[in-house]
Amino acid sequence: MDMKRDYYEDIQLLDSKVLWFWFLMLIAALVTFPFLAPSYYIYMANYMAINIIVTIGLNILVGYTGQISLGHAGFFAIGAYGTVLLMKAFHFPFLFALVAAAFIAAFFGFVLGLPALRLEGPYLAIATLGFGMAITQVIGRWEVFGGRMGVEAPALSLFGISITTDLGRYFITVTIAFLMVLGARNLMKTRVGRAFIAIRDSDIAAETMGVNLVYYKTLAFAVSAFYTGVAGGLFAFLLGFISPSTFNFILSIYFLAFVIVGGLGSIFGSIMGGIVMTWLMLELDKIQELPYLGGLLIGFSEKFMTVAGLPNIASIIFGLIIILLVVFEPLGLYGFWIRTKIYWKTWPF
Amino acid sequence: MFLQLLLSGLSFGSLYALIALAMVIIYKTSEVPNFGQGEMAMLSTFVAFTLLVTYGHSFAISFIGALLFAALLGAFLEFVFLRRAKDPNILSLILITLGFEMVLYGVASWKWGADQRDLPFPVSDFDLVNLGPAVISYLNLATLLVTLALMLLLFLFFRYTKVGIAMKATQQNPMAARVNGIRVNRILSVTWAMSSTIGAVAGIMLAPVATLDPNLMLEPLLKGFASAVLGGMTTLVGSALGGYILGIIENLFGGYVSLEFKSIVAFGIIVLVLCFKPSGLFAKHYIKKV
Repeated sequence: MDMKRDYYEDIQLLDSKVLWFWFLMLIAALVTFPFLAPSYYIYMANYMAINIIVTIGLNILVGYTGQISLGHAGFFAIGAYGTVLLMKAFHFPFLFALVAAAFIAAFFGFVLGLPALRLEGPYLAIATLGFGMAITQVIGRWEVFGGRMGVEAPALSLFGISITTDLGRYFITVTIAFLMVLGARNLMKTRVGRAFIAIRDSDIAAETMGVNLVYYKTLAFAVSAFYTGVAGGLFAFLLGFISPSTFNFILSIYFLAFVIVGGLGSIFGSIMGGIVMTWLMLELDKIQELPYLGGLLIGFSEKFMTVAGLPNIASIIFGLIIILLVVFEPLGLYGFWIRTKIYWKTWPF
Repeated sequence: MFLQLLLSGLSFGSLYALIALAMVIIYKTSEVPNFGQGEMAMLSTFVAFTLLVTYGHSFAISFIGALLFAALLGAFLEFVFLRRAKDPNILSLILITLGFEMVLYGVASWKWGADQRDLPFPVSDFDLVNLGPAVISYLNLATLLVTLALMLLLFLFFRYTKVGIAMKATQQNPMAARVNGIRVNRILSVTWAMSSTIGAVAGIMLAPVATLDPNLMLEPLLKGFASAVLGGMTTLVGSALGGYILGIIENLFGGYVSLEFKSIVAFGIIVLVLCFKPSGLFAKHYIKKV
């Protein structure tokens, strides 16, 4: 079953009947989930789907192509503001605006990819970081974008049906996320994906093999920005209101944290990273409501710290997770998954 | 007007130069841009604040206490986390320092909240010194002088002390340094301690100009990093010059063109400079060998 006999079998999306079965089960689960779960969990699922898209987008750049980016909040902002403004000012329909905004983000990704051709390591980090900062600053200062106060997302409607609930948004968000995951998985199995991986492993070796560095590096930035832009557009409707302060430097680090926790260079890892980290992020915000630990923490805070600062524990825990994962398990959750799988496969041995 | 902008640009630039120096010292030995630098300095500044206001010590004692704390913190982070990384590449090292940034930020905002405080500083920001056509506040003057003194100290340290020379050896070739009997790991810890101390000085000098809250060092760190990159991450002198250049350009831009977009211009310049000189203005560009 594991033997591949020709190239077309190798690039197939699902290569066995078992996988097809689980694939269909997954679709069924995704469709039935919102009818069984309470509304808060639907909101959470939307959030997760959006973060999965970003994580995959960033992973294409960081994990597959080996370029660092500390400016993805900028692309996220372009996607969000682009979608909202195209709908408000030019009365684009939702899907059209979303795709257009994502293409604008992809264009900016391409532009940012140009200096990246010559930069690496800390130099690339500062260039992307500067880009992210510049985007939020420009948006914050420009009246067209609503300035510091931000803008409200317009009413959402798709094919004439107006969508106002989390349930409605769930179907849009999760469908798009699902398609984008499949798209990324497909992309990575093709010539383009292999070129990205070759560049990550050694760009000089890749170039001697005939990989066009200029083309593929900028393409990696553009694809990554496209994904992030789509996620940004969906995010604007999840919150219903966006302001420049949402898209700060810390957000870019959070995105990187998602990628690291999930596992560099793995689509499946990105999905796990997006889910787990979103869950942590939303739950840690209300850490003081936990049954036993919450009371203890409040007591501790009153004595030594400040109670108002308690939610900042999230930042501490995120930071520790990043450090410990990088130190002990550089492959992230995906590494755990692989190791447990191998453990059970060979079990008593 | 021009001279005035130049002067205040210089004093801001000297803060950037300090942060840039702190980053470069670490970068040269550990090969990682330390994103935790800003929060390390911020935390040390809070320690100074606590010693000064909560416990009522004198400024000198609080200052020295904060510097000691900074040195310990730097050595601690290097020893406990960075050294443990298996087979580190540049990305994972950057991520570890980003992790420091988040942890320290979280600790500071948990402990001190988001309130804005004032660090009482013995030198006033409002009394001015007349320097011919331009004026400069005592505080800015102090910042300038302290920075210059620190740079001189660093220069002497790297040139004439045994530890300084060992550091330079480690920077050039860790393996050869180890062969020659230098304890490379210990040197790394010392480097982190030193860099953290320099950062703390920058933080304490900055606190009276800005307001003391957990976000104190967020933007200065990025500017400091930007100026290190502008000058070149591998040269101490270059990165300090980068800091001054950035401070002056930023201030001139703020004065003549647009105050609103002042803080973006720094990053615009960096990206432009990097397009033409990928290793910064004053560093030699090494072409990677395969």
